[in-house]
Amino acid sequence: MAVIRRELRIARPADEVWPAIGDPAALPGWFPGIVAAQVDGSSRVITTASGICLPEEIVTNDPVRRVFQYKITAPLLSNHLGTIEVTDADDGCCLVSYQTSCEPDTIALVIGGACGNALHELRRQLEAQPDVPSPAQLQAQPPAQSGSSPTTEA
Amino acid sequence: MGRKILFVTTDQQRYDTLRCNGGTIARTPVADSLAAAGIRYERAVPQSVVCMPSRSTILTGQHPTTHGVWMNGVPLPVDAPSVAALLQRHGYRTALVGKAHFEPFLDPFGRFTENSLARSGAETVQAPWADGSTGPHRGFEHLEFATHGTAAPLHYVLWLWQNHPEAIGMYYPVLDPTFNVNAAGGGATGAPQVHDNAIEKGWYHTDWVADRTISWLDSLSADDDWFCWMSFPDPHHPWDPPKSELSRVDWREVPLPPGYPASRSEREAILDAKPAHWKMWYDGTLVSNYEAPKSWVPATLTADQVREVNARNAVEVELIDEALGRVLTAIEARGWTDDVDVIFTTDHGELQGDFGLLFKGPYHVDALMRLPLIWRPAPSAGIAAAVVSRPVGLVDLAPTFSAIAGLKPPSWMQGHRLPVSDVDAASRGFERVLTEWDSDLFGVDVHLRTITRDGWVCTAYRPGYVHDGSEGELYNLADDPLQRFNRWHDPACAALRSDLITDLWDHQPPAREEALELQAPV
Repeated sequence: MAVIRRELRIARPADEVWPAIGDPAALPGWFPGIVAAQVDGSSRVITTASGICLPEEIVTNDPVRRVFQYKITAPLLSNHLGTIEVTDADDGCCLVSYQTSCEPDTIALVIGGACGNALHELRRQLEAQPDVPSPAQLQAQPPAQSGSSPTTEA
Repeated sequence: MGRKILFVTTDQQRYDTLRCNGGTIARTPVADSLAAAGIRYERAVPQSVVCMPSRSTILTGQHPTTHGVWMNGVPLPVDAPSVAALLQRHGYRTALVGKAHFEPFLDPFGRFTENSLARSGAETVQAPWADGSTGPHRGFEHLEFATHGTAAPLHYVLWLWQNHPEAIGMYYPVLDPTFNVNAAGGGATGAPQVHDNAIEKGWYHTDWVADRTISWLDSLSADDDWFCWMSFPDPHHPWDPPKSELSRVDWREVPLPPGYPASRSEREAILDAKPAHWKMWYDGTLVSNYEAPKSWVPATLTADQVREVNARNAVEVELIDEALGRVLTAIEARGWTDDVDVIFTTDHGELQGDFGLLFKGPYHVDALMRLPLIWRPAPSAGIAAAVVSRPVGLVDLAPTFSAIAGLKPPSWMQGHRLPVSDVDAASRGFERVLTEWDSDLFGVDVHLRTITRDGWVCTAYRPGYVHDGSEGELYNLADDPLQRFNRWHDPACAALRSDLITDLWDHQPPAREEALELQAPV
């Protein structure tokens, strides 16, 4: 069984990145080559741009650890497990890893390649957005005082 | 009105498969006549011995290190520099008919234009270009794709489905059920990737590529300048030409190639003197790349299988030659011949029995690195026929197309306009050609850097799965044309080796800023 792991750094905090990962219906928005995702509880069916429908089972969707795992259950491949993990880098950035394991090896390579490309697209989209404070940053900031003037740093 | 360019490529064709290059099996009168009227290159070298990197070099005029396509399965960025875009911007009508392979074939997500265009019904799509503008995909305003067999959703396959659906299943299945390169054998000898194809000759992809090329040419105005890349998928394996054509070459009559040592002990002694991955692949203990069937062990290859593979390869080469002849006849009928440059080459070679091996891999020897290359300049250009023995590269093609069109090759091209004679080559410094290999398949990585210069081929190995970086190969092409004797450790060659290695590293091309990722096996 092959294991293909892709990861990259995104210049956004994990809290901003996780919503796209943790929403199983949002996949077509950031995964090039997936044009539809139908979610029913822990089941998801994705449709690729070439018209292939792949049934999946969502096995983990943990917003605390920021881990999303799913299995493609189509007979084309066996022992598939996809794992996406978002790890805060504590510098306003995060590391996103996308691991694919399955048989046959060649299909793991194809899926893993598409997943790596999806990470690049996710980064492109998120880094193109204007900076917004994350929920954690908002919590940490004291509420703005009415009538206060912005401070400037030399 | 300027000169027009018919650029003809085949896939995985050896130098010695053409009669004009000393071949004895296939009859190739069309290529031979082009060579007689034009320039025949005796030492044309690819910058990579696999399809996608080599084809990317042809299109971009850059070495793989620079364009970034380091192996099959790594797509060439859609906005990579393209000589077709350059020509199209300067008024040329542009087309690519046949095998492109700048993008992976295994594409269930339908991410790549080459795999989605046929279904769309469009001639091309608009895409970003390297200069920041947009234009037709990679500079081609007309694209019609084909490859080996019928697995990919390309134009040829759709045409076959629509017109001759009964023929779809006649081709050899290129991949096995595990999506690895199929090892199943056939024919009379059970050779891998040999198959009796019941398809009619006129439906076979070679004739289709020629037919579609003629159709596109027919759509042009008489005054158009055009650049047409006619790209035949053969004679790349599988060796499954139409069964009706097999009688052209009786495999029993085919001599064993000079590169095939008939004695097993001799074969193995030769391989033992080369870096470890040669013999490990032969023995079936290491598969370093996807280009050959994973479950096939080269040590099982028999002499008769070599004969049958060479026979079928020759049939495919003959079919290509005849198809090219039809296209040239169509060009003549349009009255264009005097203004048409024809360039014929391939992307890389094929082991085809040399050293007891088939297919291709990280093996920088003539079987894979000495290519057929013929340039028949437009007769109106008045360039004399010649034979060029100095080394040239496929990296020199894009600047040549530019020069034919009267354009100064842009700075992103790393090669130089092909020489028209050895005198021209000497005066313009055609001394060395570089070739590279990088593969990393499931943790097995191999890295080669090669220089061809002064009648020698010298390959340095970088550390990898079975190499510690001290290995190398050094062959004298004059004394050892079959590259049987590795002189890497020969004390008499120490100074030469040192000089070649220094030259090799001094001339490495600049690396692409951001490395490209493998997206599929092929």
